[in-house]
Amino acid sequence: MLKSAMALLPAVLMPAVLMFAGSAEANKVFVSNERGNNVTVLDSQSWKVIATFPAGNRPRGITISPDGKELYVCASDDDTVRVFDPETYKELHTLPSGPDPELFALAPSGNPLYIANEDDNLVTVVDVKTRQVLAEVPVGVEPEGVAVSPDAKTIINTSETTNMAHFIDAATYKIVHNVLVDQRPRYAEFTADGKKLYVSSEIGGTVSVIDVSAAEPKITRKITFEVPGVLPEWLQPVGVKATKDGSRIFVALGPANRVAVIDGETDEVLDYLLVGQRVWQMAFTPGEEFLITTNGNSNDVSIIDVKAEKVIQSVQVGEQPWGVVVAPN
Amino acid sequence: MLEAIPGRVRSGFPSGIAEKRTVRATPRFREKGKCPHLSGLLALFWVAMLVTSPSQAAEVKTAVLRIDRVVGPPISRLDAPPADLGFAGAMLGNEDNRTTGAFTGMDYTVTTQAVAPEEAGAALDGLKAEGIGLIAVIAEGDILKELSEKAGPGVLLFNAGARDDGLRDADCLANVLHVSPSRSMLSDSIVQFLMWKKWPRILLIHGSHPEDRLLAESYRKSAAKFGAKIVEEREFVDTGGSRRTDTGHVMVQKQIPVFTQEAEPYDVIVAADEAGVFAPYLPYHSWDPRPIAGSAGLRPVSWHPAHEAWGATQFQRRFEKLTGRYMREEDYQAWLAMRVIGEAVTRSGKADPATVRAYALSKDFELAAFKGQKLTFRTWNGQLRQPVLLTEGRVTVSVSPQDGYLHQHSPLDTLGIDAPETACQAFGG
Repeated sequence: MLKSAMALLPAVLMPAVLMFAGSAEANKVFVSNERGNNVTVLDSQSWKVIATFPAGNRPRGITISPDGKELYVCASDDDTVRVFDPETYKELHTLPSGPDPELFALAPSGNPLYIANEDDNLVTVVDVKTRQVLAEVPVGVEPEGVAVSPDAKTIINTSETTNMAHFIDAATYKIVHNVLVDQRPRYAEFTADGKKLYVSSEIGGTVSVIDVSAAEPKITRKITFEVPGVLPEWLQPVGVKATKDGSRIFVALGPANRVAVIDGETDEVLDYLLVGQRVWQMAFTPGEEFLITTNGNSNDVSIIDVKAEKVIQSVQVGEQPWGVVVAPN
Repeated sequence: MLEAIPGRVRSGFPSGIAEKRTVRATPRFREKGKCPHLSGLLALFWVAMLVTSPSQAAEVKTAVLRIDRVVGPPISRLDAPPADLGFAGAMLGNEDNRTTGAFTGMDYTVTTQAVAPEEAGAALDGLKAEGIGLIAVIAEGDILKELSEKAGPGVLLFNAGARDDGLRDADCLANVLHVSPSRSMLSDSIVQFLMWKKWPRILLIHGSHPEDRLLAESYRKSAAKFGAKIVEEREFVDTGGSRRTDTGHVMVQKQIPVFTQEAEPYDVIVAADEAGVFAPYLPYHSWDPRPIAGSAGLRPVSWHPAHEAWGATQFQRRFEKLTGRYMREEDYQAWLAMRVIGEAVTRSGKADPATVRAYALSKDFELAAFKGQKLTFRTWNGQLRQPVLLTEGRVTVSVSPQDGYLHQHSPLDTLGIDAPETACQAFGG
């Protein structure tokens, strides 16, 4: 809506608008509110709430198609993935997800969708066009994080009670590797070059750095965290995001209310940014100007200026924000 | 769903003769038989296993031995123990281990057995004869001690029942790891909360059974440890009166106010009633309008079916799907025992009791168990460190340790016997 409004602005005003906006375009930011049973929509320029719409029971994982036309929400307690029109916020249809979908990842092309079924030890593969289940892959206990390699050939699933990162071949749906990580792995994130995989372990308190460039994936390092005045027990890594150039890795530290900034080259922690309470998942704006974090206990999102590595604002959203995704340009 | 498991239970309603049962494939997998995708799903599963695991899976044999003393019915019929008490939790833990084992080439089985106290030794011998060396025991402390002596060093027992501090202290046992919290961990949890609330003046009401006296002593120590004051103690003597009769509530409404009147000024009643004789009658009937904690009112527990934080919801659901009932403390403790075994086997690659014990007590061991932080063992007495839930029955009111109770190593060590005060020798301490 905002994008189209801008296009209609008289040409004479455009340079001023662009100067004011810098390089960032206004994009819609969608935040799933786990207890609010709705999605809050923010504008990435004004950081104002522009809409709220119902999204089914216990919405958690949230993502958007590469063309920006379909918004996918895991409605965990409805045992389905709800698909919304990101312009009208109307529900278009649902996808068969298997029971209790929590997190998912789209293939880079936008199809299929890989869904972790937390209650059923499965990863369900769904064709988003035909709305058919293509496969169910048995994995470890309490599957949670899902990631797709940049070349789309490998799907990663983390299982919270088995404590593994499962490497699934996207062509055959067979598990080809299992890497044991620390307790309760929550999230997996590839670097854009596809050479490194970061897996956060919430209870273990570490992020495993896995070298995936060789034939056998191998843990090369475990990143640990330390914040003066915060009990080590509360440093619980959950969401992980890597910049496209791989120079920075951001790790949400849950009840420590901080986001760790990590040098992508050395995997050393550089800084900790204070955000809202129980920081969970994160998303970049398309140009990576901003990183948005969901803060489940303070019912807000924090906006991080990525270049400055500073928190610039927090915005109140719905009840218990869980996931976040930003519409593409 | 799950067939009732025969065995004598602590309910006074013996449900049949003692019978042993070994579970390999779980009821949940059988349930999947209804799924139309089953053949494809299983095919994928086996293919995945072939790719990732050695062709010959090593077997990890475990057991749960529950010793049931026949006692009267509980005050509330809601508390009557199910026949599969503890076993169901172990089955979930075993299933979790089996799922992981499919990727690591380990096969897990659990044998469950419930017997009367006089048959405990023979049951243990039977399990040993089957080559089972990793056994969770749900029994009272004196029986656990006998079983530990009989088991010998080749067997590792997991205490998933007894609360006795003695077994974690001067009488500690080298072949027993305690996954159940001790009385002192539970009483410390309550008193920390009372101090946080600024309710330091306690009227302690304890029962007349030996276990009630042990619990009362634990509350006295906790009060001294955290600066609370027991302003007065009263004993509720079990005279063998009716626990549940048609007119019981009429009597209770008259007796409890009289029993609690004219006490020294106090903030809270703490009930020490492990025998389950009177505590549930205290709330609303005390002479003074005061909250109740301990064996009724606000209770310290290792687990509660209403608990939802830290991913517990999905854990509760998995259990309920498997068993058709809510999870009890004994179930959680038996699940813990199985998961300790699973973690030690997965990470060490070995399944003999000596390796499992050594790994569990090493600094590499950690376990995620839906309590918001990793659980580890106290190396000086084999006690699993764990947060304690405080519940009034419908919700988790709080979780101890409370904020502000700091410790040089782990805040969890503010609960129960700490290293400097232990008299345990069996762990090289």
